[in-house]
Amino acid sequence: MSAQEYAFVVLAVVGAVGAIAVVTARNVVHAALYLVVALLSVGGIYLVLAAEFVAWVQILIYVGAIVILFLFGLMLTKAPIGRDTLDNQQRWLGALVGIGVFAGLVFLIQDAFDVGEAEAFETFHATTGAVGESLFRSYVLPFEAVSFVLLAALIGAVVLARKDEGS
Amino acid sequence: MIRLPFVLFFSALLFSAGVYGVLARRNAVMVLMAIELMLNAVNVNLVAFSSALHEVSGQVFALFVIAVAAAEVGIGLAIVILLFRNRESINIDEVSLLKW
Repeated sequence: MSAQEYAFVVLAVVGAVGAIAVVTARNVVHAALYLVVALLSVGGIYLVLAAEFVAWVQILIYVGAIVILFLFGLMLTKAPIGRDTLDNQQRWLGALVGIGVFAGLVFLIQDAFDVGEAEAFETFHATTGAVGESLFRSYVLPFEAVSFVLLAALIGAVVLARKDEGS
Repeated sequence: MIRLPFVLFFSALLFSAGVYGVLARRNAVMVLMAIELMLNAVNVNLVAFSSALHEVSGQVFALFVIAVAAAEVGIGLAIVILLFRNRESINIDEVSLLKW
């Protein structure tokens, strides 16, 4: 195992524990903070994979903006705390489906990339310049479409959350 | 130097945790959080393959997924706040007006 792989395993264990804590926590605010742990470790994994621009975007957008939005959402709605009010009665069925999905994915991955024989790959250092060039040369149209999606989401969120005057 | 299946296993675990969260949670905000976990699993896969294949397109698509996730959270939380204003509760089991 190389140093990169050790760093990856540490980050992956932290991220996996954080992700499982997000879906099992009994306190909604704790779940949001565990989400920060999971997202930060995913950002660290991007750094290990030498995708530096995506890593910083992950930390800025997810940890900086999306988790703060979640915390606002939790504060603006009073959420009761406790297992019975947070989880529904079919959570064992849900756990069964979750484990089934995981087992299926592990089987497929093992089938496609045999872990025992898999060769380590040299990580590809994509500079911010290379990402930007690809984005604005090959993917300009999707980029514009995404900006329209963001504009529509912005207007939609304002229209939905605004209080109706006089009705 | 890193082996690809390890990254894919981590992403599979993240995705399964998200699936469980979507199915088992009652609080609408928690369901949105679980959806974020699943989107992150997809992003991990995109970046891992981009790094393994020495091709930058995967990272561009990861950026698109992040942008769409941000839009989704904005709309989702607006809907949740509207739901709370109208129903005094964000329990998604109670939101069954369109069920039959």
